[in-house]
Amino acid sequence: MEKRVTFKGWLLPLILLTPQIIVTAVFFFYPAGQAVWQSLFIPDPFGLRSQFVGLGNFEYLLGDPYYRASFVTTAVFSTLVTLVSMGMALWLALLADRLIKGSGVYRTLLIWPYAVAPAVAGVLWLFMFNTRVGVVSWYLGLLGYDWNHVLNGSEAMGLVVVASSWGRISYNFLFFLAGLQAIPRSVIEAAAIDGAHFWTRFRTIVFPLLSPTTFFLLVVNVVYAFFETFGVIHTITGGGPQQSTTTLVYKVFSDGFVSQDLGSSAAQSVILLVVVGALTIVQFKFIERRVHY
Amino acid sequence: MKFSILSGVLAASTAFGSAAQAQTEIQWWHAFTGRLGTLLAEQVDTFNASQSDYKVVASHKGNYSETLNAGIAAFRAGEQPDILMVFEVGTATMMAAKGAVKPIYQVMADAGEPFDPGAYLAAVKGYYTTTDGQMLSLPYNSSTPVLYVNRDALSAAGIDPDTDLSTWEKVGPVLDKLKASGSTCPMTTAWQSWVHLENLSAYHNVPFASKENGFAGLDTQLEFNGPVQVKHIDQMGKWAKDGKFIYAGRRNEGGANFRGGECALFTESSAGYAGVKAEAKFAFEIRPLPYWASVEGAPQNTIIGGSSLWVMEGKSDEAYKGVAKFLNFLSTPEIQAKWHQNTGYLPITTAAYDLTKEQGFYKENPGTDVAIIQMTSKAPTPNSKGLRLGSFDQIRGIIDEELEAVWAGDKSAQEAMDSAVTRGNVLLRRFEQANR
Repeated sequence: MEKRVTFKGWLLPLILLTPQIIVTAVFFFYPAGQAVWQSLFIPDPFGLRSQFVGLGNFEYLLGDPYYRASFVTTAVFSTLVTLVSMGMALWLALLADRLIKGSGVYRTLLIWPYAVAPAVAGVLWLFMFNTRVGVVSWYLGLLGYDWNHVLNGSEAMGLVVVASSWGRISYNFLFFLAGLQAIPRSVIEAAAIDGAHFWTRFRTIVFPLLSPTTFFLLVVNVVYAFFETFGVIHTITGGGPQQSTTTLVYKVFSDGFVSQDLGSSAAQSVILLVVVGALTIVQFKFIERRVHY
Repeated sequence: MKFSILSGVLAASTAFGSAAQAQTEIQWWHAFTGRLGTLLAEQVDTFNASQSDYKVVASHKGNYSETLNAGIAAFRAGEQPDILMVFEVGTATMMAAKGAVKPIYQVMADAGEPFDPGAYLAAVKGYYTTTDGQMLSLPYNSSTPVLYVNRDALSAAGIDPDTDLSTWEKVGPVLDKLKASGSTCPMTTAWQSWVHLENLSAYHNVPFASKENGFAGLDTQLEFNGPVQVKHIDQMGKWAKDGKFIYAGRRNEGGANFRGGECALFTESSAGYAGVKAEAKFAFEIRPLPYWASVEGAPQNTIIGGSSLWVMEGKSDEAYKGVAKFLNFLSTPEIQAKWHQNTGYLPITTAAYDLTKEQGFYKENPGTDVAIIQMTSKAPTPNSKGLRLGSFDQIRGIIDEELEAVWAGDKSAQEAMDSAVTRGNVLLRRFEQANR
């Protein structure tokens, strides 16, 4: 059963909604509309001339096998980032939730990486894994493993996934911990008295009760992996080797802001908008059903 | 903030009465930080102190790409600077922007400033000059690729450090010996597309693209899948497979490995000199970039990389006068010679080169004139003037990807170059359409 709160008049709800509508219109509808409009043109960078090409930019993009391949790259990348950052965060939150002494210190330290800017995080990981002088790759070399993400696509993908997930773990950790602490102790204790072990309690009680948090984080993390990771990719791999880490949003960034191909870049952002919109609808339609509020 | 400074200045000038006529401010947006930024600021200060009519204000706007973007965005908002620093890759973009940029020959003529294009080194100014000889922008920092040699690494491998490395045919056996003696990095490179395709083509007098490498028209086609380029990339691919050529990344990542002493040979910009000199704890030497002796006419001359200064449209005549004076000031032999000696960039005028020779700089710093000799020993041909290709940043990205496929052994050199040409041509057609 859904609960509905109704207002008597229309003035109060309108006043309450107006700020949000203005913000959405100015910061979302206007730029999104501009992107759609621009995607129909091939302009020169200075805005001196512009050719109307209709859907030409979309034809150009979708006819390009390299662009189509970056859909797969994006799917792999986003899935991995979401899984790694949420999985690690849940695990850490479970551990931190059970801490009795010094939990404050752990929590603070675990939240810190969130404050690191993506590009800086990228540089940090790049230094550690630098093919020939990085600390980690040097130790891997001692173990007989030749780390070379500048030529090995899978290693490059692994590296950008880890670097993108790292700062995100903190954010997810915060929400998971809050979610865990909101679960009444009495429920868990009752299960414990009935003889349920930690894993059983987690599977049957904690995880289902945590599902609103998990669902929220799922949506937010997928959006993050799609849109906010180009800084990390730009600093670590620049989309390479070959095209193995060229995600959709990285291409929008590099075609638009590095190469000034604004028509193609606008068309790509429209495609991206549609993809993420569809993905969010799917998530709400199919996964939210399994969420217990 | 700006307003308060302005009103402060106004207040001060009224307070002092008509002591001085108001100075015309000239905005210069650039991409330099660190040591280069300091040297640039010094040039500006020297100019500002030398006269009282104009005041140049230099602002750092990020790296090359970011500076170009800042300039473009500012132009669209009607707030462009007077002078914008643009890297060589952006040359075609700026040149196509008629109505946004004011060609330098015109700036000089309108301002009545003396201007002799003949004073500039042909190989440097050629990159920024139209096919009918009009100079469009002022070269600022220009460099060309050379070969850095770790002499100690050669000795350690039992090779005479003075051995001839002038041709790739002679480099081959040296790499074999280095590898056999246990070197983990016989050779590496920076800027692979710039050194091993763009410069390779010019150096062997073969076209990189049709229409004089794009100088003669926007309807240019890439042509770097010819036999000379494929042969070279194929050989590099074989060396990569055998661990004789180590690929470190698309930019100048390989520099760290060379400066750290791991790599014996390193192809990199002549402007890398200062860094190598500061960090290398081994005997090193600068040699000309090797060429294929089997190619007739090689070596031609290499081409430049770096940036030039573009003057933007929409400023007052008074401002353009100041710009013209400032650009002439930057071209004076003293300023250029100092810049050249401090940075490893090429001097842009013959006078600055001669002055540096007179000062005995090349005698004290052997190898620093290798780059300039390599560039100026022959008059540039249509294949070796430079490149003027739209969307060139993206095309370089494509070349990087395809070269990586060769280094990883996924594609043959011919396949990779054919693919890069096909993909790059699509971008050239888009650029042509955008600038019709």
